[in-house]
Amino acid sequence: MRDQIVVLAVVLPLLAAPACVLLRHPRVTRLFSLGVVAACFAIAVALLVEVRGGNVISYQLGGWPPPLGIEYRVSVINAYLLVLVTAMALVVLSFHSSGGPHRVPERRRHLYYAVFLLCISGLLGITITGDAFNIFVFLEISSLSSYILVSLGGHRRAVMSAFYYLVMGTIGGVFFMLGVGLLYQATGTLNLRDIAARLEPSLDDRSTLLALALLVVGISIKLAVFPLHHWLPNAYSFAPPKVSAFLAATATKVSFYLLAMILFTIFGAPFVFGELQLHMVLMPLSILAMFLASGAAIFQTDLRRLLAYSSVAQIGYMTLGLSTANAVGLAGGLVHLFNHAVMKGGLFLVVACLLYRVGSVHLDALAGVGRRMPLSSAALVVGGLSLIGVPGTVGFVSKWYLVSGVLERGWTAAAVLILLSSLLALVYVGRVVEALYFRRPAADHVRPDLREAPLGMLAPTWILIAAAVVFGLTTDWTYGVAAEAAELLLQGGI
Amino acid sequence: MRSTSRVREMPVLRVIARALVPMILLFGLYVQFHGDFGPGGGFQAGVIFAAGLIVYALIFGLGALRRVVPPILTERLMAAGVLLYGAVGVVAMFLGGEFLDYSALDPLTTGHHGQHLGIIAIELGVGIAVASTIMRVYYAFVSRRPGGAGAAEAPGDTP
Amino acid sequence: MSLPEAFSGLWAYWLIIALMMVGLYIVIARDNLVKKVMGLNIFQAAAILFYVTMAKVAGGTAPIVQEGAEHGGGHGTAEVVYSNPLPHVLMLTAIVVGVATTALALALAVRIHGEYGTVEEDEAVAWDMEHG
Repeated sequence: MRDQIVVLAVVLPLLAAPACVLLRHPRVTRLFSLGVVAACFAIAVALLVEVRGGNVISYQLGGWPPPLGIEYRVSVINAYLLVLVTAMALVVLSFHSSGGPHRVPERRRHLYYAVFLLCISGLLGITITGDAFNIFVFLEISSLSSYILVSLGGHRRAVMSAFYYLVMGTIGGVFFMLGVGLLYQATGTLNLRDIAARLEPSLDDRSTLLALALLVVGISIKLAVFPLHHWLPNAYSFAPPKVSAFLAATATKVSFYLLAMILFTIFGAPFVFGELQLHMVLMPLSILAMFLASGAAIFQTDLRRLLAYSSVAQIGYMTLGLSTANAVGLAGGLVHLFNHAVMKGGLFLVVACLLYRVGSVHLDALAGVGRRMPLSSAALVVGGLSLIGVPGTVGFVSKWYLVSGVLERGWTAAAVLILLSSLLALVYVGRVVEALYFRRPAADHVRPDLREAPLGMLAPTWILIAAAVVFGLTTDWTYGVAAEAAELLLQGGI
Repeated sequence: MRSTSRVREMPVLRVIARALVPMILLFGLYVQFHGDFGPGGGFQAGVIFAAGLIVYALIFGLGALRRVVPPILTERLMAAGVLLYGAVGVVAMFLGGEFLDYSALDPLTTGHHGQHLGIIAIELGVGIAVASTIMRVYYAFVSRRPGGAGAAEAPGDTP
Repeated sequence: MSLPEAFSGLWAYWLIIALMMVGLYIVIARDNLVKKVMGLNIFQAAAILFYVTMAKVAGGTAPIVQEGAEHGGGHGTAEVVYSNPLPHVLMLTAIVVGVATTALALALAVRIHGEYGTVEEDEAVAWDMEHG
C-alpha cells in the first residue's frame, strides 16, 4: 500500500492539469498547482530516502505483473531525477510577480498552469516508468506541453521557435519510437529490464545497431547534443524566462537520463563503449559543444541567448562524462545534471527579474543595472562564477569529477580542454558582469526609477543561487547520490 | 463566404443533414458502448460523435452548434473526461488495488465484473474527452477572424 | 544476404524507408510551414506502418475473439491464428500523439500567420532579419 506513492508522483500532476481547467480561477489554480508540485516533491524525497543503498521499488500498473503490464520502477537514479524535476518545478512555480505584466492573460492563466503540470507529469513519467513505449508517450506529453510553453514568450519569434522546436522534437520522438519498435522486434517485450536481459547486441546484428542509432539520435535531438542543438538557443531565448528556467533545468536533464539508461542499461557499457566505441563519436562532439557553443555565447548581445548557448556547452560536459564510461566520470556527468539545473535555473530566474524591471536583457540595456538592482545582479555574478567553475560553487564540483574521470580514462588532452573551455565561460560571464557593474548606461537608457525586483521573485532566485554555493561546499548529497546512480548504471541496472 | 452561405441554403443538404446527424450521433454512441465486447471504444466513438456535430455546424452554421454545445462546455468536458479516467484509477487505489486495477473495483465477485466496470467507465471518459477535444479544436480554428486574432482563441497578448 | 533477397523479403521495409525519406525531405526542403506539418505526418505514418507490418503474422486474422474458435491447438474447434495485437494498440496511442502534434503545429502555424502575415518560412525569416 505504501508503494502507491510511486504512481502518485505521476498521477497527481497528470490529474491536477484537467482539474486546473475546471477550477479556472487564476490565483486558485496557481496555489493548487503549487500544492500539487509540493506534494510531488515530498513524494520524490521520500522515494529517494527509501531507495538509497540499493533498494528498488517496483509498482505494477493496473495490477498486471511485468513484463505483461507496465511497470513503474524506482531505483536511486530515477529517484534522483524525480527530486531534481520536482524541486525545480517547485521553485519555478513559487517564483511569482504580483501585479506585474504577465504574458498570459488572466482569463487563460489556468490553462498555462494546466500545461505546466502536464509538462511536469510527462517528465516525471519518463523518469519513473520501466516500459519503453510508455517512455515515448510521456516524452511526447512533456514535449508537446513544452512547445506550448515556449510559444507563450510574447515575441513573435517565440511562436516561430516553438514551431522549430516542434518539428525537431517530433522527428526525435519518431526516431525514438522506431528504435523502440526495432527493440520490440528483436526481443518481443517492452519492459526495459526484460529487453536488457534478452537483447544480445553484436556488431553483426544490423537491426539492433539500427535500433541503437535511432534511439541515440532521437534522444540527442531532445537533449540538444551538439550538432542537433539548433532548436535550443531560439527556444530558450524567446520562451517566457520562467519556462526557460524550468526547461533548462529539467527537460534536457531527463533526456540525459534516457540516453544514459539506453546506453548503459539496455545495450550495456561493454557493447556500446567496448565493441562499438561510441565514445569515439560522443567525446569529440562533447568537446566541440564545449568550445563552439561557449564561443557562440561570447558573441551574444542578449543575456538569454548567451545563457542558452552556455546550456549547449554544459550539455557537452554531461555527455563527456557519459562517454568516459567509468564510475567517476559518469558520476561527474550525473552530478552535473543537478548542478547545472540549479545554476542555470537560477540564472534564468535572474533573467526574469531583470526583464521584469528593465524590460530587456540586451547587454546594452543592462549597463549600470548592478547599482540599481544589487541583489539580482549579485545572483547573476554568483551563478556566473558557478558556470565558470570557481571553487566553492557547484560548477567546480562537476568539473572536478569530470576531469578526474577523463584522466582516469587516459584522455589527458580532453582534461586540458575542459579547463580551457572554462576560460571561455570566464569571457562570456565577464562580459555580463562588465555590463552590469562597470559600464555607464547609455544616455537613452538612464532609468532613475529602476528598483530591485520584488521579494516573490528574488527569494526563489536566491534559493537556487544559494543552493549552487551550498552544494558546492558540501557534496555528500549530490555527489553521493550521483555516485551510487553511476555505479548502478555501470552494472547495467536501473 | 458567399459559397458557404449558398451551401447552407441548399434544401437537399439541409434535409439530408437533418436526417443524418442524429444517425451519426447514434452510431457514435453505438461504437462507444459496443466497445465492451467488440471492436469500438471511446476514441472512435468520440471522433464520430464530434464529427456528427461538426457536420451539423457546417450545414446549419456555427451559431446553431454554439447553442447546442457552448464552447466553454467543451473545455469543461475535455477536463472532466480525463478526470473520469483518472478517477477510476484512483478509486481502484482506494479499494486496495493498484492504479487502474479494475478488478479491485468489484471486490465481492471474483469474476471479471470489475474489469467490465472499469473499462466501461474509462472508455466513457475517453469518449467524452476525445469528442470535446475535437470540438474544441474545431471551435478554435473556426472562430478565428481572417488575418488576425480570433474572437474565441486570441493569441497571447503581445506586450 | 544477396541484393534480390534484400528486396523480395524486405520490400515492406524499403517502402517504409522510402515513405520516411519523402516525409523528411518535405520537412527539410519545403518553406511552407503547413507543408512541413504534412511532411511530419508522412514521416510519422511511416513509423506507424513499420509497427503494423511488424505485427503481421502469416495467415493471421484480426485479433478479435471469434465464437467457436480457439487460439492455438483447440479441442475440436477451428484453429485461428491472430496477428499480434500489441503493436496495433501501441500505434493507436502513436496516432493520438500524431494528431495532437499536428493540431498543435497547425495552431502554431495559424499564430505565425497572425504575427508575420505569411506561413512561408523564408518570408518570415526575411521579415525577422529586417525588423530584428
